[in-house]
Amino acid sequence: MTIVFQLLFTGLGVGAIYALVALGFVLIYRATNVVNFAQGEFAMLGAFLMVIFFGDLGLPYGLGLVISLIVMAIFGAGFNLVVYYPLRHRPYLPVVISTIGASILMSNGMLALYGPAPQTLPNLLDLPGLLIGGVFLDSQYILIICVTAALVGFQYVFFEKTLLGKKLQATSQDKEMASLLGIPVATMIMITFVYSALLGGLAGMLVAPILFVSIGMGGLISLKAFAASIIGGFGDVAGAVVGGLSLGVIETFGAAYISVPYKDAFAFLVLFAFLLVRPQGIFGERVAQKA
Amino acid sequence: MTTPLLRETTARPSIGQKVPRKFPWGLLLLALAIVTIVIPVVHPFNDYWMGLLRQASTQAIAVMGMVVVLGYAGQINLAQAAFFGIGAYSLGLGTLTLGLPWGVALLLGTLLAAVAGAALGSSTLRLGGHYLAMVTISFQQILTLVLINWISLTRGPDGVSGIPRPSILGLDFKSNGDYLALCLVVLYATGYLVWRLKRTRLGRGMLAVRDNELAAGVVGIDTYRTKVIAFALSSALGGIGGGLFASGYAYISPDQFSFGESVVVLTMALLGGVQSPFGAVLGTGLLILLPEWLRFLKLIYLAVYGAAVILIMVFMPEGIWGALTERVRRMRPPPRIVEGDVPFELGGTPDTGRMAMLEVTNLCKYFGGLKALDGISMAVERGTVHALIGPNGSGKTTTLNLLSGIYRPTAGEIRLDGKQVAGLPPHLLAGAGLGRTFQNIRLFTSMTVLENVEIGGQRPNLVIPGGDAGLRHRALGALSFVGLVDRAGLPVQSLSYGHQRLVEIARALAGNPALLLLDEPAAGLNLTEKQELVELLRRIKAHGLTILLIDHDMNLVEQIADRITVLNFGRRIADGTPQEVLRHPDVIAAYLGEVTDDAAA
Repeated sequence: MTIVFQLLFTGLGVGAIYALVALGFVLIYRATNVVNFAQGEFAMLGAFLMVIFFGDLGLPYGLGLVISLIVMAIFGAGFNLVVYYPLRHRPYLPVVISTIGASILMSNGMLALYGPAPQTLPNLLDLPGLLIGGVFLDSQYILIICVTAALVGFQYVFFEKTLLGKKLQATSQDKEMASLLGIPVATMIMITFVYSALLGGLAGMLVAPILFVSIGMGGLISLKAFAASIIGGFGDVAGAVVGGLSLGVIETFGAAYISVPYKDAFAFLVLFAFLLVRPQGIFGERVAQKA
Repeated sequence: MTTPLLRETTARPSIGQKVPRKFPWGLLLLALAIVTIVIPVVHPFNDYWMGLLRQASTQAIAVMGMVVVLGYAGQINLAQAAFFGIGAYSLGLGTLTLGLPWGVALLLGTLLAAVAGAALGSSTLRLGGHYLAMVTISFQQILTLVLINWISLTRGPDGVSGIPRPSILGLDFKSNGDYLALCLVVLYATGYLVWRLKRTRLGRGMLAVRDNELAAGVVGIDTYRTKVIAFALSSALGGIGGGLFASGYAYISPDQFSFGESVVVLTMALLGGVQSPFGAVLGTGLLILLPEWLRFLKLIYLAVYGAAVILIMVFMPEGIWGALTERVRRMRPPPRIVEGDVPFELGGTPDTGRMAMLEVTNLCKYFGGLKALDGISMAVERGTVHALIGPNGSGKTTTLNLLSGIYRPTAGEIRLDGKQVAGLPPHLLAGAGLGRTFQNIRLFTSMTVLENVEIGGQRPNLVIPGGDAGLRHRALGALSFVGLVDRAGLPVQSLSYGHQRLVEIARALAGNPALLLLDEPAAGLNLTEKQELVELLRRIKAHGLTILLIDHDMNLVEQIADRITVLNFGRRIADGTPQEVLRHPDVIAAYLGEVTDDAAA
């Protein structure tokens, strides 16, 4: 029984990372109706920034984290200006292709800078972790779960209780109407990109001590976060969180009881199953086309 | 309705003007193809360059697949390297492990790729485009995992070596020169077929789906089937290319078919121009040769590809070939398709003697708790113009969307000429004889006026004799009928708003519908245009066609409607002749505001 709890804990930790990246997906999707395929690369970038500032330059962890987040925010703004903004009036396909181009550029640009060898980062908290009833709770996993919970809570309060949050919601629901009401739509979209880049970057920084920091990590996280958001119900914030957590758990149990080499395939199999049986996901509602 | 433009151009002096001979591009290309096939056979050159060309030609076949699925049908495929890999491994393992003849192994790979593509497409193509992007990437990742980890089948990361080259019908393709010639033959044949496809019924259907999926369904195209076919064709082409590639190199390994390679294929298609097989060849050639010239980029070439994808999307979305052909097209005057009008037959649908062309009984549509339509009944009599009016939000467009199959009714019956049609998908309703226009015009924007109308003429169950020429004649007839035949060759987007409305009507008429649904046809028209529309509707009616019309414009409705049904808040509040209905107190209340007892007192 301990092993089940151990796997559940690990799965939730991994799932929290998917949930963070999936949240970024969902926010950009709601603001622009476009799926940002480079969302996982934000995580890759965040992890590498920590490697640069903490590992290479030897800054204190906290300072490295803050600088990395600032760089992520600037990057998110630049990403909007280069990849999304010039194409904002075009159909979704060119924009999606453009974000795919950006994801390739980011991962391979990092490859050119750092080479293919994976990097490592130590745990943020220099604590040994907890042992409760035979279940070992690693400090980094605890941290990930707590940060994710805090961010989900923050996001809820931000969107529901603040004026800026309401403006962002209005923008995502009807850009034209929002613009008529005097909401600066372009600024709202900019904020969304910056916030999503921060979410993605933070996910990468949190996961870095658990996984190796590698060029390929972004693509894989992207795919799983997207799968998570479909499972949860695409475009739905709660769905992204529930989908991410369930996917992390499914994957961990799959790797433990079925097959390790095919660990990464479980997410996709679950995704296919959902697409066939319940494409609107757990929380999603089917929206009819309008003429 | 002869427009001034027509008179002007027909009166153009033709004396002393030579008829320009069409340049025989086809013959030139054929000659070029034969020369490039013969050279490596009779005079093989440097093995390194022949190897590059072999790689380029096999990859170009896969890129042609992208032309079909992305260029024609507008659906993304980020797993073309996976389909390429299925073809390659089928050929390698088929010949080596199973001992199949070369041709059979190639066919097997092609079929497997097509089946995988069809399965992937049929599970996802009903959903939005981003699902497809993600599912194809997932498929790509799973295939890579399988190739690496299922060692007993695929031989794992070491790959498969010693893959043979074929002899076909006593001809031997073992030498590099001969094999290159074989690859080129397949490439040219594929290119020709892909080019032809665009000019077939299926190909036009794909373009229509890409341009406007909703309108494509309503004019009679089975959009889902069209997309799945496009996807299967595309993956089949990936499979053929992969098979030829495997035997060309004699050695394959999983990393040759990774996601990165799918991205390379996508970049090739986008750079060259995804609308045309020429673009596919151009893009592939450039991206195979460029790394040779830019060797110093080797380490970061994928990063450069990524940047190139963004730049192409921002600055040159139609690719190099697309930009070139667009430039040439702009320099030439738009082609005149015909001089003068073409006769048109309308209303040839058999008279079943039934009075009602359309019978709606107790039709309901609920969106969650919202009753958009709550038990509507009405009958449209054969050969009449019936108007459906009502204030905003009264359920008019919902009714039209139910009638044309865009929504499924919650309850109720719809009979078209006696046949129960409620809940059928749009293309089957079109097949049953329903034509429709949209309130916000939905044309196939990348096409010419004529092509738009031709698609209307190829609806299911409508037999037009004479094949493509007959279809063209029919479409020109429909354009003559609405007075736009002189604009047939123009891109539809260059037309004015009013003329675009007429093209939509012509598109519906080309399908010779039993019932024509017009959703606010007068919206956005000026007074003259409105009067022309009234004339046109009268002429349509004179041909015996039944029309159901939605409009706000009471003046228009009064002029042409034989009967009016009024909706308010999803219910029918009046039904009768214009005189009866427009004096009906409920109707006046609905339009001018309820006169309540309080207000009266």
